[in-house]
Amino acid sequence: MKFAGDIHQNCAHCSKPCAKGSQRLTTSNYSLTTTATIALCGNPNVGKSTVFNALTGLRQHTGNWAGKTVSVAVGRFETTRYSYTIADLPGTYSLLAHSAEEEAARNYICFNAPDAAVVVCDATCLERSLNLALQIMEICPKTIVCVNLLDEAARRGISVDLERLEKNLGVPVVGTNAHNKRTLAVLTERLDELCAGEISVNPPVLRYIKPIEDAVELLEPICRDYLKCGVPPRRAALALIDNDVSLKEKIEENAGAKIADNRELSQAIDSAAAMLSENGITPDTLKDHIVSCILENAENACKNAVKCGKRRVSKADGILTSKAFGYPIMILMLMCVFWITIVGANYPSELLGSGLFWIGDRLSDFMAFIRAPEWLSGVLVDGAYRVLAWVVSVMLPPMAIFFPLFTLLEDLGYLPRVAYNLDRPFAKCKACGKQALTMCMGFGCNAAGIVGCRIIDSRRERIIAMLTNVFVPCNGRFPMIITIISLFFVSAGGLLGSVLSALVLTLVILLGIFATFGVSKLLSCTLLKGEPSSFTLELPPFRKPQFGKILVHSLIDRTIFVLGRAAAVAAPAGAVIWILANVSAGGATLLSHITGFLDPFARFIGLDGVILTAFILGLPANEIVIPLAVMAYMQLGSLSELAPAQMFTLFTANGWTATTAVCVIIFTLMHFPCSTSLLTIKKETGSWRWAVVGAVLPTVCGVVVCAVVNALMG
Amino acid sequence: MSICSLDKINVGQQAEVLELKTAGAMRRRFLDIGLCGGALVECVGRSPMGDPSAYLIRGAVIAIRAVDSKSVIVRSD
Repeated sequence: MKFAGDIHQNCAHCSKPCAKGSQRLTTSNYSLTTTATIALCGNPNVGKSTVFNALTGLRQHTGNWAGKTVSVAVGRFETTRYSYTIADLPGTYSLLAHSAEEEAARNYICFNAPDAAVVVCDATCLERSLNLALQIMEICPKTIVCVNLLDEAARRGISVDLERLEKNLGVPVVGTNAHNKRTLAVLTERLDELCAGEISVNPPVLRYIKPIEDAVELLEPICRDYLKCGVPPRRAALALIDNDVSLKEKIEENAGAKIADNRELSQAIDSAAAMLSENGITPDTLKDHIVSCILENAENACKNAVKCGKRRVSKADGILTSKAFGYPIMILMLMCVFWITIVGANYPSELLGSGLFWIGDRLSDFMAFIRAPEWLSGVLVDGAYRVLAWVVSVMLPPMAIFFPLFTLLEDLGYLPRVAYNLDRPFAKCKACGKQALTMCMGFGCNAAGIVGCRIIDSRRERIIAMLTNVFVPCNGRFPMIITIISLFFVSAGGLLGSVLSALVLTLVILLGIFATFGVSKLLSCTLLKGEPSSFTLELPPFRKPQFGKILVHSLIDRTIFVLGRAAAVAAPAGAVIWILANVSAGGATLLSHITGFLDPFARFIGLDGVILTAFILGLPANEIVIPLAVMAYMQLGSLSELAPAQMFTLFTANGWTATTAVCVIIFTLMHFPCSTSLLTIKKETGSWRWAVVGAVLPTVCGVVVCAVVNALMG
Repeated sequence: MSICSLDKINVGQQAEVLELKTAGAMRRRFLDIGLCGGALVECVGRSPMGDPSAYLIRGAVIAIRAVDSKSVIVRSD
């Protein structure tokens, strides 16, 4: 137990020491309010993050697919007796295997010496959850087993006898429904009692088959004497005979001694290994035996405590993943989401735009009033502010609609089905089916999609997913593609028009998906050679989404995050654009020099100098490409908007044909991602090299396809 | 009663795991999800292209590719 003040662990979200606990000390008379550290563990997708959020009030985003938490998030909460620091460990299935998440979770429990652990278990598959719980109890006996999702289990005819389970496990067991705050009161109450030592714990010792048990018993006493490191000697002995290299290293580090330096220990390890091989247990089968033994313990603990109904596979699954309906429903769902986003965003965008531009006009008035030089007013108001306002008004409404819709599908559990349906083609490209999920996210924002690639385990497959994410058009590129579609290809107006637009848009998206597969395959054969890695994908039961939370989470976590990043680059880019459009050299603006220079190459790929320049200057945000082109054609000084009819006239007057429109759409789909996405690739891969590949690869694709289309059509 | 690999069992069929004939990462992954000797498995569906298939393993539905489930030897009823 630690007293308040001992811990000044930084809060993960604000990187400042949270002052809540210490404040309590100074304001209250009894300075005995103590702090305690809790490790929150559990399998992926059992509602661990929901429990964490409900306890701490922190908004950590939860989604209905396995593997959301990648780093350890730390939060705080208080009861009447304790001030708790709680660490949300990555979701893992066991502490034996060696993924980065499992290592992080295991190291935290072994070496950060939490006062207690809370293991969140899934009532619908308790055996598997207890597999982890038993391993944690072996290291940290002060554990509370928190059986979550009881309501869901009840719906499926599974009942859990918590009292019996508690007797079997020898540690406190509480039943929770994380969506219902009252059920958590029991958890915190027992946590208080456990930390105060008012509950005695008596977890069962995990027993293995005889040869392994003999080997462990041989090493255990020596470990007790020589390896004082926080890991219980029995567990340390198991790590030694299992030759768990990473755990061994951490044990040596914490014990301050090398295992090889201790003759007695090394000899014992050798004779334990000899004993095992005499009994026909190889290093490979050893792990199997250990796991089966733990699972057997878990089975036994469940035996008289869990009553199982037959698990029915939901009818919805039969349809959503069926041969006949799987893909049509997916495409329909996609079209619906786009349609709602596009139609819903129109009006708010206009409103926001006119509001922000009105403020811009007032800013100009103000500049005139204080007699600011024309260039200053130009750079700040017509440049920086106007572009910023443009980006915000075009970007915000579609994102504020798309992300909640996306989160809705995510919470519902539909997205893992998408990955399931699409795994086959991805596997053919030697990539991972989960890439489909990151692509879905990319429709909202490629930068968000690239961050989402963290759910892919293999590094090779993760980088493939990041580099190809740009082939799905993000919200920044939708309006552009739609504008051109409606100008050149769909003449019908009203509802029919918008449905037709959505249809053509879907075709464009299918082209992007096709490119994703092609480039993934290409990367698998060249830069990122390798075979598809071990793939298991959990298909969680469908869950009722929590609408209120969805709105808050998707707005705060995704929309505001993305918007903030875009705005940060839009303003300076606006200033640069204004300078280019207004500073002249040799009788023409800098902008026209650039467009003139790029024109021959641009013509070759079916575009023109102005369009290509607009794409390059639109690096910070693709939203401004069309307004940039309009500005350049009309030789204006700042971004401009035109009514569709006028825009059509302007474009055709500047030589646009159907071929130009097609090439612009293709190039919109396939070119370097925005600066935010590139920075995100750099951050996620840790190297500029991949960011460069991420920019060059789609651009080369775009240039090649456009050139071919131009040659064929033109 | 017949002994075959997991990818051979039909949708709706139940089987008991006898042996894992794979090593390394995939073996660990199988053990993580509770797929070890003695475990009961039921095939509950196939994705539209016939692969991967979904299996009910210890209460959870998990999709596994045929190339991986080939190495799981089971006894089906």
